Amino acid sequence: MSARSWRLVKIGAEILVPVAILLAWQLWTASAHQPRFPRLSTILVQFREMWLFSQFGEHVVPSLVRILAGFAIGSLIGVALGIPLGLSTRARRAAMPHIEYWRAMPPPALLPISVILAHSIGDRQKIEFIAFFCIFPVLLNTIAGIRAIDPTLVDTARSYGIPRHERVRRIVLPAAFPQIMAGLRVSLALAVIMMVLTEYFSSTNGVGYVLLISKNTFQLVPMWAAIVLIGVIGYLINFVFLLVERRVLAWHRGWRAALPD
Amino acid sequence: MLEITHLSKTYGSGDRATRAVGDVNLTVGEGELLVVVGPSGCGKTTLLKCIGGLLRPTSGDVKLNGKRVSGPPEEMALVFQDYSRSLMPWTSVRNNVLLPLRHKKLSRTDRTRLVEDSVEAVGLTRFVDHYPWQLSGGMQQRVAIARALAYQPSILLMDEPFASVDAQTRGDLEDLVLRVRDEFGITILFVTHDIDESVYLSDRIVVLTHAPTVVKEVVGVELPSPRDQIATKELSEFASQRAYVYRLIKHDTTAPDPSTLVDAGLHE
Repeated sequence: MSARSWRLVKIGAEILVPVAILLAWQLWTASAHQPRFPRLSTILVQFREMWLFSQFGEHVVPSLVRILAGFAIGSLIGVALGIPLGLSTRARRAAMPHIEYWRAMPPPALLPISVILAHSIGDRQKIEFIAFFCIFPVLLNTIAGIRAIDPTLVDTARSYGIPRHERVRRIVLPAAFPQIMAGLRVSLALAVIMMVLTEYFSSTNGVGYVLLISKNTFQLVPMWAAIVLIGVIGYLINFVFLLVERRVLAWHRGWRAALPD
Repeated sequence: MLEITHLSKTYGSGDRATRAVGDVNLTVGEGELLVVVGPSGCGKTTLLKCIGGLLRPTSGDVKLNGKRVSGPPEEMALVFQDYSRSLMPWTSVRNNVLLPLRHKKLSRTDRTRLVEDSVEAVGLTRFVDHYPWQLSGGMQQRVAIARALAYQPSILLMDEPFASVDAQTRGDLEDLVLRVRDEFGITILFVTHDIDESVYLSDRIVVLTHAPTVVKEVVGVELPSPRDQIATKELSEFASQRAYVYRLIKHDTTAPDPSTLVDAGLHE
């Protein structure tokens, strides 16, 4: 088979397999008459009604804002803390136990204190909570990325007398950037999870809130529609992130391909 | 202009101390091209890093124009062996050359001119917007040389700069060094383990012993200028100089210390 037709087969499979699975689900739900598993077509109609029109502004927008704001704040803090910790062995030694402790903390365990500390169940509490857990993947990857910088590059910068802040900006951050991006991607996925978690725990709006309310009132079709939406949000966010990554790390792919083994 | 007196460097301390540089004395004159040659793993790179202010010597002094070197001096530029690791892969040739100029007090036009001139001096004008990894090894080392030239040093330190390129490219790069030295009037301290290269390039050769290294002998090279890869290497003086240096290194009676093995690792 030629490379071209092989490519077509691969793309076809990428589209056809999910379609086949959805079709099978539709056929099964249509024949099984299980109230716990409403028909796919029913869910999709509900999905369109709820999310694309009436409740988009009321529930979807707040959830997206929380994900993005929490992710942005957490990532910034992660990078900002990661730079000094990546550069200084002493600082790292002092900070690592604390980082490992909080990183190992299961997020739901901190939900009650988060609500109490923020004195609210509004946006602020949710964004803070999401941001807190977004810090760690970015922080640890920033540290690892900085530690892995080639000493020759550091020596080069030193021999040219490049001042410290310039070194961080021109050498340290760009060199660690591929690894920082890996951390960002993990954090972004975490942000979606944390959004659902905080909204499910205590909220007055948002997708997680809809999920909770429809479950509590046994409205199974809206519940399923919420589940589908959460999946779609996670998928699309990751998709956009990969597009951005392809662009900003184009040099990294080329460079790695050029490396002699 | 560069004076090195009783320089020594020991890594670690106590039982695990490794003495890389024994006691090195040498001077480099203004405009001179001095080649330091020594057996593999003898502490050449350590010596050069001490001279460049990247490592603090255990004892002894490095003086540049009478001033003691305590950190990387502004009049000095260093070209490393490993070009692919000393260049920034995420940005263009232009930005790589520009890197050491960004913090210098220069006007924008001066900066641009310096970058263009030095890229032209190494013959890479056409590739200024390429990424370094899109270029061949020899070309990448040219970028590193252009960056050093743009910095306008009065002395250039080169640490086995052509050890990882093929023989023909190596010849071209050697000629580039000779040309650049005439064109820019730079003093060059060139470290290599290649004896042919040392004879071909130098005004004087400093032959080092095994680690802990000391200067074994300083050999004056009396070959006509300008040098030529074919004509110069045909001369009987070239052959005899080469043989002389070779013997010095080969019949190095100072037995290689087992600790040199550790030192060799430092070159990786």
